Amino acid sequence: MRTLSSVAAVGAGLLIWVAGGPSFTSAPSGAAGGTVSGKVKFVGKAPANPEIDMSEEAKCAAKYKTKPHEEIVTVNANGTLANVLVYVKSGLPADAKYPTPTTPVVIDQQGCMYHPRVFGIMVNQPLQIKNSDPLLHNIKAMAKKNRPFNISQPAAGMTTNRTFSAVEVMLPFECNVHGWMHAFAAVLPHPFFSTTGTDGSFTITGLPPGTYTIEAWHEKYGTQDATVTVAAGPKTQDFTFTAK
Amino acid sequence: MHWWLPLQASNFAPRIDGMFTWILIITGIPFFIVEIGLLVFVIRYRHKPGAKGHYTHGNTRAEMVWTAIPAVTMVALGLISNSFWVEIKGRNSVPANAYPIGIHAKQFEWWITYPGPDGRLGRTSGDLVSKANPTGRDSTDAASHDDIVIRNQLHLPAGRPIVAYLTSEDVIHSFFVPEFRVRQDVVPGMTIKSWFVATVPGKYEIGCSQLCGLGHYKMRAQVFVTTQEEYDTWAQQHAAPAKGTSTP
Repeated sequence: MRTLSSVAAVGAGLLIWVAGGPSFTSAPSGAAGGTVSGKVKFVGKAPANPEIDMSEEAKCAAKYKTKPHEEIVTVNANGTLANVLVYVKSGLPADAKYPTPTTPVVIDQQGCMYHPRVFGIMVNQPLQIKNSDPLLHNIKAMAKKNRPFNISQPAAGMTTNRTFSAVEVMLPFECNVHGWMHAFAAVLPHPFFSTTGTDGSFTITGLPPGTYTIEAWHEKYGTQDATVTVAAGPKTQDFTFTAK
Repeated sequence: MHWWLPLQASNFAPRIDGMFTWILIITGIPFFIVEIGLLVFVIRYRHKPGAKGHYTHGNTRAEMVWTAIPAVTMVALGLISNSFWVEIKGRNSVPANAYPIGIHAKQFEWWITYPGPDGRLGRTSGDLVSKANPTGRDSTDAASHDDIVIRNQLHLPAGRPIVAYLTSEDVIHSFFVPEFRVRQDVVPGMTIKSWFVATVPGKYEIGCSQLCGLGHYKMRAQVFVTTQEEYDTWAQQHAAPAKGTSTP
């Protein structure tokens, strides 16, 4: 009986601690708050991506049924653009603090390509660099506001963790053994970002009510800004990139 | 061709191999004399119970002789081979009709620039190097508009003098095709000319022969030596677009 009482007391204490736990000036992504979502459309004729000659890496080339191409401009079947990073550029309170996720963002080197090619990560959030290819890759982070690094992973299954301490949009990565391998990261102080995928859509959740500048970034077509006023509930904001 | 050496596939290869063989013989004879002498002395003058050591302070005449002979031999080899080295490495030795090819080294790739129909390589600048322009081609130079840029593939016509303009983006690399017996360091900040004639059609490999980083062993490129006609066909197929954008 005494044991049960103790457990109950500890449980009640925990509940009180959670309820009165650390509060944030803005809810983290995924929590209650406004949502901004939309699609990144593409207008015009999509340029042909350069073909990759992987003959020097038979083990990578074997993973492709057709000749692989660089993924510089990836236009989806529904006329939208993939690999566009959409994020809140400004409008958040200057003193707002957001919890740093302990779950790492994983960038995988597979088939002599980076997966994902474009991604967002929070300041001090772990980045896990993984090599799934049975051959040497080096990953060179060409940071300007963070500490650059250049590490090699000569065998499959190797992982390395790194963090970035400063905001940097965008931070490019490259592999010097395979010149076609490029990736880009946005290091942000908040969790309000999203990258378009095979349907060209993005969703940013948990935004507190307010007016924000939302930026869409693409490696070839540059950036587009939009001003969005968010109240509780969903808000739609589309972007359109035009072929050059 | 010697059975222990790679194929002789350039104009320089037979004479380089001749020099190699003579130097091997000249240095090999004293090597065996010294090693056999060492072995004989080790066995003959090994420790024996009761034997007393004999102390010597050397023989000046012998030392003079065995210093002078290698020195004279080295100088003679240098003088005899000098004209050949000048022919290979001399700044003014490149034949006037040599076909120019740009070879840009970076960790850990070779970017090859072909001159296109105008037969001239366009200007390049390290300041212009980017992901989209890996060789730093200067598009304000009209000669660059038809240049063809290809990664890790060196195509050459056989029987025609080639002059390679070697540049490096980062550290010291070395251009080496064993079958050509051509090796030339590639130094950042310099454009170094290296000329040769590929004589035997076939497929070879460039290997970087200066340790340039962790991926040094992966820094290879394929070399395709074909007839002039085959080369011309290949060049037409890979002709650069009008604005001279690179062909990765």
